[in-house]
Amino acid sequence: MAEFLTDIQGIWEIVRFPLGALMCLAGALLCLVGTVGVLRFPDIYTRLHAASITDTSGAALVLIGMMLLSPGWLIVAKLFAICVFLFLTSPAASHALANAAHTAGVQPIIGRVGSSDADGEDA
Amino acid sequence: MAYFLGLVIALVAFWLGMSGHNTPLILSLGGVSVALTCILAYRLDIIDREGSPYVRLFGFLAYFPWLAKEIVKANVTVIRACLKADLDIAPALVKVKTICKSDLAKVTFANSITLTPGTVTVEIEGDKLLVHGLYEQDAQPEAFAEMDQRSARAIDGKGAAA
Repeated sequence: MAEFLTDIQGIWEIVRFPLGALMCLAGALLCLVGTVGVLRFPDIYTRLHAASITDTSGAALVLIGMMLLSPGWLIVAKLFAICVFLFLTSPAASHALANAAHTAGVQPIIGRVGSSDADGEDA
Repeated sequence: MAYFLGLVIALVAFWLGMSGHNTPLILSLGGVSVALTCILAYRLDIIDREGSPYVRLFGFLAYFPWLAKEIVKANVTVIRACLKADLDIAPALVKVKTICKSDLAKVTFANSITLTPGTVTVEIEGDKLLVHGLYEQDAQPEAFAEMDQRSARAIDGKGAAA
């Protein structure tokens, strides 16, 4: 039993670095996707949706990847705290932006938006 | 009293996680800072349901995995929309009525909506939320019913009296 446990630990030590690096890379790619969405979508409300990819999955994947790469539990605790605060504050920021736009009277584009519309380019 | 204890435990855990030093001097400094924070919180009169929501932590811990699953599902949809060669989104504004009673539960519900990509809470008035969605068919009021019930159960408890 003890041998089996040390075996698992050895495999985990080998596996966790590539796994962590892979998750960091995936998170960075998702942030890139979010940026592409911000550039492509037509108005402020839809752009917020694209930015929330960066907020949630991008940041979470990068942080989990860093947790796997980290040398000790103390770093994991700090990264976990960052994760919690990010997940508490980023929706508040998105809501503040959307609410400010709504209060200022920015009308959202409603209804189907096709790629034939050219209003994405001049914004 | 439970709120006060919850605040103390949370602060001590947070301090230990941040510092990691075990010498008596640093530990006593940590104890002083926790005590100072508690005194300031008491003087500000914010040791209540919202200032120290740790009593509801277990309800929230049961809620979060479900929310994470929803976030992943919604992420896939929005990533598809971002990368599609033809932009085919159908944004919509919908009014959603919530069954959440307390402010904390409403905040949880609204934040959950905002945290899921593709939907953003624009405004809250009483028990009605104005939600902007990326796809009209995904942002119908019925789509939020389960999230509403779950966040109400997680924060308000089963009785939902509060």
